[in-house]
Amino acid sequence: MPLLEINSLTVDYPTRVGTVRAVDRVSISVEKGQTLGIVGESGCGKSTLGLAVIRLVPSPGIMTEGSIMIDGTDIMRLSNNEVRELRGKVGFIFQDPMTSLNPVKRIGDHFVEFIRTHEKEVSRQEALEKTGKILESLGILRERTTDYPHQFSGGMRQRVMIGLGLALNPKLLIADEPTTSLDVIVEAQILELMNKLKKDYDLTLILITHNIGIVAEMSDLIAVMYAGRVVEFGPTEQIFENPLHPYTKGLLESAPNILHPERSMHPIPGSPPDLISPPPGCKFHPRCPHAFEPCPLREPFLVMKERRFVACHLYD
Amino acid sequence: MPPFVEVNNLTKHFPVQKGFLEAMFSGKRDFVRAVDGISFSIKKGETFGLVGESGSGKTTTGRILVRLIEPTSGEIRFDGQPVTRMNAEEAQTFRRRAQIVFQDPAAALNPRMTVGNAIKHALDIHGIGSDIERREEVLRMLKRVGLTPSENFHNKYPHQLSGGQRQRVVIGRAMILKPQFVVADEPVAMVDVSIRAQILDLMVSLKQELGLTYVFITHDLATANYFCDRIAIMYLGKIAEIGLRGEVFKSPKHPYTVALMSAIPVPDPKHKPERLIPRGEIPSPITPPSGCRFHPRCPKAFNRCPNEDPGMTRITSTHEVACHLFDETKAG
Repeated sequence: MPLLEINSLTVDYPTRVGTVRAVDRVSISVEKGQTLGIVGESGCGKSTLGLAVIRLVPSPGIMTEGSIMIDGTDIMRLSNNEVRELRGKVGFIFQDPMTSLNPVKRIGDHFVEFIRTHEKEVSRQEALEKTGKILESLGILRERTTDYPHQFSGGMRQRVMIGLGLALNPKLLIADEPTTSLDVIVEAQILELMNKLKKDYDLTLILITHNIGIVAEMSDLIAVMYAGRVVEFGPTEQIFENPLHPYTKGLLESAPNILHPERSMHPIPGSPPDLISPPPGCKFHPRCPHAFEPCPLREPFLVMKERRFVACHLYD
Repeated sequence: MPPFVEVNNLTKHFPVQKGFLEAMFSGKRDFVRAVDGISFSIKKGETFGLVGESGSGKTTTGRILVRLIEPTSGEIRFDGQPVTRMNAEEAQTFRRRAQIVFQDPAAALNPRMTVGNAIKHALDIHGIGSDIERREEVLRMLKRVGLTPSENFHNKYPHQLSGGQRQRVVIGRAMILKPQFVVADEPVAMVDVSIRAQILDLMVSLKQELGLTYVFITHDLATANYFCDRIAIMYLGKIAEIGLRGEVFKSPKHPYTVALMSAIPVPDPKHKPERLIPRGEIPSPITPPSGCRFHPRCPKAFNRCPNEDPGMTRITSTHEVACHLFDETKAG
């Protein structure tokens, strides 16, 4: 049984000018111990998808369709108390460590509050003890639990965020652009740390990023999203070796590659669509070099092809 | 031929704001040594990359180059003329010739000014052409930067555009005065990956058309490798290494450059990099380390490093590095 199984999930944001379908019938499954990379450009729905897994889609967003099963439990059917329990089982690392920590609260108190909200029987002392252990495993001195966030550098704040994600011993950890606001060297340090923690804590990891290089390095599986839909989903090595969907191919070729500059930085023409009035049929067709008759007319289904899933009329 | 832009021993120290009591009782003022004694020159028609992490001083250097801020000391010569000692009239001419493209196009554009007026503004200030001519010039520029049909874009506001389109407006605004020298500060950092190469390609074609000289500021070595002819790697206000693109990328000398290169994630799952990641993070520029500023994090540091500031050592006629490992080999 997969640890996480998302089935035909749809998330809508009703707005005054129309409904934005941020996540459109997404189906994904991840086995225990795997790392899934969700890639796509801004506005493709990858962050909303991540938030949906912990039932934290921001208002006015609503999950209109589909199911999310974590370890056999359908999280769409949970009561509010059960949702709180769920948020203990699933760790979430937010994108920006600068704004995700409370500036007037000590680092240790962030942990204490978080742990004691979910585990009421734990005393403050026990929670602080646990915090010390977690921080040490992240390379931060235990004494620094009494510091405030502004006394930490960007990389250390992100370590704190990761520590908070791990505080309740989750099985699943979702990281939304965990290194985007960091410099390359610190980014490499954090990624190395996440790989180590994944082994130590026996985690299943979902990594949401726009950086193709990071998924190549970290993930076993990739889901490529475009305009709310998963357009290709499969094992990392196969997708890199032979991308099937024209958007996947374009995305891989547009990424800078320091080892093969000749294979990098080829732009995709046009720009991602406005989701209030997306193009008909396949949403990628206005930018697609292979578009043909059916593309503007009907949306392609996600079909199995060469041991992966792809949604493109070329493979119907 | 003399260099087009020549920078000599440039420094910029920003005073640190202190609380009232602290300022009363401690006599010493602190400074952020954002740029601390750098020299380089740029040839006409070249694309020169300033590459470094946050806090390296690359943006401050770029802003000094177009005279948005005054340096603390040092000299810049632009086409033979000292930039730092210009009178008002010379400065006005200089601003027509030297322009800047900012990182965040949403912040660089006035939200209450239409795109057309934003681009036209520079023509108004410099009193170029009649009203009708200005409008035509703006429409031509909109078309040139790929915002067509230009009549439609002319009356739009920045919030009606996508990130990539806004950056095209910012580029158009910088180019409308037909400058010779453009500083581009992370022009694609805020733009989606699939659009980045479009923007860079636009900048390359404008360069050829207008005979521009670029300074390209970035934290992204891979983009610098794509775009630049020559590169300076900056660390804590100093230049660690400078050379032709091929030299810096194929045979990096400074341990910091080597670390930066190995840290970049490569979009190839089969590539398993050998990582040489320095511990810790970039130190505070208020109290930079003694000697070589990289020594506390350097895997190859030895006794000279904390004590002596390494000067630039020449590797080839175009490649220089500031590292004691190399001035030793030269001495021996």
